[in-house]
Amino acid sequence: MLEIAVKGSRNYWMWIIFLLIVIGIGKIAYLDQFFNGLMITGMSRDVSWGFYIANFTFLVGVAAGGVMVVIPFYLHDYEKFHRITILGEFLAVASLVMCLLFIIVDLGQPVRMLNVLLYPSPRSMLFYDMLVLNGYLFLNIVIGWKVLEAERNQVEPPAWTKPLIYLSIPFAIGIHTVTAYLYCGLPGRGFWLTAILAPRFLASAFAAGPAFLIILCYIIRKFTKFDPGWEAMQTLSKIVCYAIIANLFFFLCEVFVVYYSGIPGHKTHLQYLLFGYHGYNALVPWMWSGFILMGAGAVMLVIPKLRSNYVLLPVACAMIFIGAWIDKGLGMISGGFVPSPLHHVTEYAPTGQEIIITLGVYAAGFLVLTILYKLATTVKEEVNG
Amino acid sequence: MEKSRRRFLKVAGIAAIGLGAAPAMNFAAKDAHGPAAASKVKNEAALHAERWGMVIDIKKIDAKLAKKITRACHAHHNVPDFTHEVDEQLFPDTRPVNHTQEIKWIWKEKFHYAFPDKEDEFLNEKFHHLPFLVLCNHCKNAPCVQACPTQATFSREDGIVIMDYHRCIGCRFCMAACPYGSRSFNFRDPRPFIDETDPDFPTRSKGVVEKCNLCAERLAKGEQPHCVEASEGAIVVGDLEDPESNVRKLLKEHYTIRRKQTLGTEPSVYYIV
Repeated sequence: MLEIAVKGSRNYWMWIIFLLIVIGIGKIAYLDQFFNGLMITGMSRDVSWGFYIANFTFLVGVAAGGVMVVIPFYLHDYEKFHRITILGEFLAVASLVMCLLFIIVDLGQPVRMLNVLLYPSPRSMLFYDMLVLNGYLFLNIVIGWKVLEAERNQVEPPAWTKPLIYLSIPFAIGIHTVTAYLYCGLPGRGFWLTAILAPRFLASAFAAGPAFLIILCYIIRKFTKFDPGWEAMQTLSKIVCYAIIANLFFFLCEVFVVYYSGIPGHKTHLQYLLFGYHGYNALVPWMWSGFILMGAGAVMLVIPKLRSNYVLLPVACAMIFIGAWIDKGLGMISGGFVPSPLHHVTEYAPTGQEIIITLGVYAAGFLVLTILYKLATTVKEEVNG
Repeated sequence: MEKSRRRFLKVAGIAAIGLGAAPAMNFAAKDAHGPAAASKVKNEAALHAERWGMVIDIKKIDAKLAKKITRACHAHHNVPDFTHEVDEQLFPDTRPVNHTQEIKWIWKEKFHYAFPDKEDEFLNEKFHHLPFLVLCNHCKNAPCVQACPTQATFSREDGIVIMDYHRCIGCRFCMAACPYGSRSFNFRDPRPFIDETDPDFPTRSKGVVEKCNLCAERLAKGEQPHCVEASEGAIVVGDLEDPESNVRKLLKEHYTIRRKQTLGTEPSVYYIV
């Protein structure tokens, strides 16, 4: 099936070459980091996780979001999702590839990475995160590939894929739950120490993942002859709508608890993010933009007339996607580290080189996504045409 | 088909030789070292405790003494000092330093930073100026030990929370887990910033986390930790589980506090204020 990926239009190859160039630049920037250490990042003793881990956390969400097409189709026989299920699964694969790359570029000693397997530590949440992330990646590759192959050959997918599909549903919930547990189980970090963190992560994931999928559907419609189906996109937009409202609601619950109880160890972080703390306020405009984007996007999707507008729908989805990225990618990780456990304030901003490496990882993910989507859309064109 | 089967047999044969050779080589290796290498030799003079603890008498420490203690610890443990001027000949092209990426094992903090949960607007003025020395608390329930995905950070039987710098993958989960900010990460190679390397303790490489080890290497030789030695009696270490120990005597005589006690980590460092 892979031979499909080497036959493409001029545009296809231009895009692939562009991605390869970005990957190459990112790789050069990473080699410098590999030889000189993480000193090239904006991270510090106080803010010991930065842009890499933040993007990792966000992309785990995008990967988990794929399950929002799997559940309606496989559990509820919602036929309209038949055409886009594979897109959700392949989006999960590409996102997980990026997640794993982000973990690797964040390690101080990447060559010792396999120590996690050599000395398995069942008390560490990272151990479980490794298990569920790799498990979910494996499941999605196998399921996506087998189902697509069956479709190409116009036969039923093998029976053994069914249990794997059902298994992939708890794994999707699992990857984001365990990723939240990385943070919310730490006694000294008031910002993360909240039971709503995992539900909030899931809500924002189920908004950001499908929102991105809708945008991808638009791109597929424009560049291929395969039509994912307007009705499927409309159903997806309703899922995005409810999920983003749940995310905002969970956030308001957090705001209430933090401000009404007034416990300083919990309040100072939110204070820093929303209003600034002791004159430090680098993230304040970002956070407000993020919440305005998510709020306005939610309003646009709630109103049926706007939601079913072909031009406005991708705009609303982009707003929600970017808003969720700011909330989780910028605020969630930095916010937990500022102020530090000793209440010192060290602000964090990624360096240029850190951003280049990040873009390189994103380009690698998009390369995987492009190739997988090329396979999926070509097979669908063949079958339908 | 025929060809590939023959190849498989060939490879399998080579693998079998390898499997047979491994134990033989191990045996030969064992023999070369003689039986003496197999038994561990314990230092008779080593200091032991069921659970090591520390008591710091803040009243006995002023800014000058605090500096001396920090310097003693950092110098002997090859902790890099980013204000140190780099020897350009030995380490050419050393890049400029970022001071927020510094490394500290024991250092002074103001009261409201060392004890942020005990902040009080009517606190006795004198407390604002005392240098509170902070370091790893060697917690009984250490969150860093729980977080470490490779057991590079672990609790010893005697309560010391210690690290294997060669196993650490540099994920920094322990730094997020520590509620006391006691851990530092080697964002870069520390060696250009070590004034004089102490041969009694290893230097670290870039990309690993480090922190106070309660001078386990000195306790094993029957010596007191560097900070205790430099403190002129202000810092004492001993066995918390032994009611007759020097630290337990101090705890009986004085009112002491620990950092962020409510978190349940059970710090082993006590402060007399």
